[in-house]
Amino acid sequence: MSEANAISNNTPMIELKRLNKWYGDFHVLRDIDLTVKRGERIVICGPSGSGKSTMIRCINHLEEHQQGEIVVGGIQMTRDIKRIEQIRRNVGMVFQHFNLFPHLTVLENCCLSPIWVQKKPRREAEKTAMEYLERVKIANQARKYPGQLSGGQQQRVAIARSLCMSPEVMLFDEPTSALDPEMIKEVLDVMVELAQEGMTMLCVTHEMGFAKTVADRVIFMDEGQIIEENAPHEFFNNPRSLRTQTFLSQILGH
Amino acid sequence: MTAFREQMIAQRQPPDQRRGVIGWLRTNLFAGPINSIISLIVIAIAIRLLWPVIDWAFIEADWVGNSREACTSDGACWVFISARWNQIVYGFYPEALRWRVDIVFAIFAALIAWLIVPKLPAKKSVGIFALIGFPIVSWILLLGGMFGLDHVPTRLWGGLMLTLTIAAVGIVGSLPIGVLLALGRRSKMPLVKGVCVVFIEFWRGVPLITVLFMASVMLPLFVPAQMEFDKLLRALIGIMLFWSAYMAEVVRGGLQAIPKGQSEAGAALGLGYWQRMGLIVLPQALKLVIPGIVNTFISLFKDTSLVLIIGLFDVLAIIQAGLTDSDWLGFAIEGYVFAALIFWVFCFSMSRYSQYIENRLNTGHK
Ligand SMILES: Nc1ncnc2c1ncn2[C@@H]1O[C@H](COP(=O)(O)OP(=O)(O)OP(=O)(O)O)[C@@H](O)[C@H]1O
Ligand SMILES: [Mg+2]
Repeated sequence: MSEANAISNNTPMIELKRLNKWYGDFHVLRDIDLTVKRGERIVICGPSGSGKSTMIRCINHLEEHQQGEIVVGGIQMTRDIKRIEQIRRNVGMVFQHFNLFPHLTVLENCCLSPIWVQKKPRREAEKTAMEYLERVKIANQARKYPGQLSGGQQQRVAIARSLCMSPEVMLFDEPTSALDPEMIKEVLDVMVELAQEGMTMLCVTHEMGFAKTVADRVIFMDEGQIIEENAPHEFFNNPRSLRTQTFLSQILGH
Repeated sequence: MTAFREQMIAQRQPPDQRRGVIGWLRTNLFAGPINSIISLIVIAIAIRLLWPVIDWAFIEADWVGNSREACTSDGACWVFISARWNQIVYGFYPEALRWRVDIVFAIFAALIAWLIVPKLPAKKSVGIFALIGFPIVSWILLLGGMFGLDHVPTRLWGGLMLTLTIAAVGIVGSLPIGVLLALGRRSKMPLVKGVCVVFIEFWRGVPLITVLFMASVMLPLFVPAQMEFDKLLRALIGIMLFWSAYMAEVVRGGLQAIPKGQSEAGAALGLGYWQRMGLIVLPQALKLVIPGIVNTFISLFKDTSLVLIIGLFDVLAIIQAGLTDSDWLGFAIEGYVFAALIFWVFCFSMSRYSQYIENRLNTGHK
């Protein structure tokens, strides 16, 4: 299939090497080094404005970095749009505000990219889409428009839409923080299931329960740097840096 | 006594909101005494003001005949219009060849009907034919000079057929050019952006009359003398470019209203720039600015009559020319009222159709 699969399974899925990024004078990412193995599940947390979104958005080039290297599935990121699109086809992304296409039905949302990017026949794309919608338990809403669904339902559609491209990596940027409390669980359930199936996942979230259940590693960021990374048990019980301790006491405190 | 019912209560009808004409009148015009008095006064004033118009246009009017002698009553003499009907529709198009114009009109009407009636199938293919095939077929039929059709130079075109030609070319041409300009103006490439900004601001800054004058008087100065460039063609290009600048700004307003997340979601799914624009951003942006687009179409339609200043005879110019005919002096009111009516019918139809489209495209998101 894709070039990425041809590479041995031992090569990392994602490699960030000495990644630096500025917005004007503002140094938003500082010397980020991160290696994600195939099938690894990583949770990223940190205070607001610490650069979490910026970092994962660099991985599919929604943001451009100025220094350092990004390698995704063995493909080196450059400015070449062909290469960027090749990487994007292999990397799914779920946004805080769902970003479903409101003028298309749920099914059309899911089929758009398979049809136009992977050039699948419509019939086949719809069949695959229905399977994924089934998996996120929303197949019965396939003919509705996103505006007619609840937030939790929309986010599950967004996950299904990404999965329809059969990506090897899924990026989540605070997928539950725009949701009402009673809908958070239905989305987290889908994500846990996905994690258990062995998907490589990078997940910016403050849902610590989720981190404890599925994460292989938790990463704490502050002021554009990775301050600490550890297995969830260690991370929550013995945070090493003071900043991590303060952060944890704040989010677990209430 | 039992605390529950033995039978289900029959389902009740929801309260009836509209009870025919009487019900409508009662709720809207005659709800309460003050309301009723105001309604009566307004109706009385309206009748007093409108009555002379109705009297002039219909009751006291002359409808049949073919010369001035038929105009005997006090009201309007519509015989003036019917006597000049052929010129109003075809301009100076040779009489023997007018069937060619009729065919174009017929295809035009059929296409519009096909695209408007929701039940008819194959909208996409019909639409593509309307945008590409139809202009070519019409151009061949109207102009001739090929396939054994006699050549009819554009200086003989006139009347309604000319008005519709200019309006259709302007509308069909200005929208896509405007969309490209709007996208270009938002481009990250400085050169593309610069060119689009300059283009838009230039055309928006000059009056259409100047554009038409430049197209007819100045352009020939710049192109080699032996390269004969049709006057109508020049006007069409000028009108298209002029209105595309307005269209660009309307479309840009729509593009700005679409959240960045939409394009980002498309990018994350691997869609390229043109796919993102064509499949995600533009469908939403254009839908949002349908009122603005149609408003521009309506302005364009009405401003086609400005071509009379470069010697092209559109519907208004033809009617106006008819007023100076010594047999028909003194029918200016009939002439102008009829011209206004023609413009109004087309513009009002566009306006209604746009409202209909807007409702149909509503997918329930805010
Ligand atoms: N387009 C931009 N231009 C300038 N500064 C920006 C831009 N986008 C983000 N920033 C700044 O970069 C910093 C990091 O932003 P980022 O969105 O990555 O933070 P975050 O960790 O995801 O925070 P949050 O938890 O609030 O989502 C913030 O201080 C933000 O103000
Ligand atoms: Mg963020």
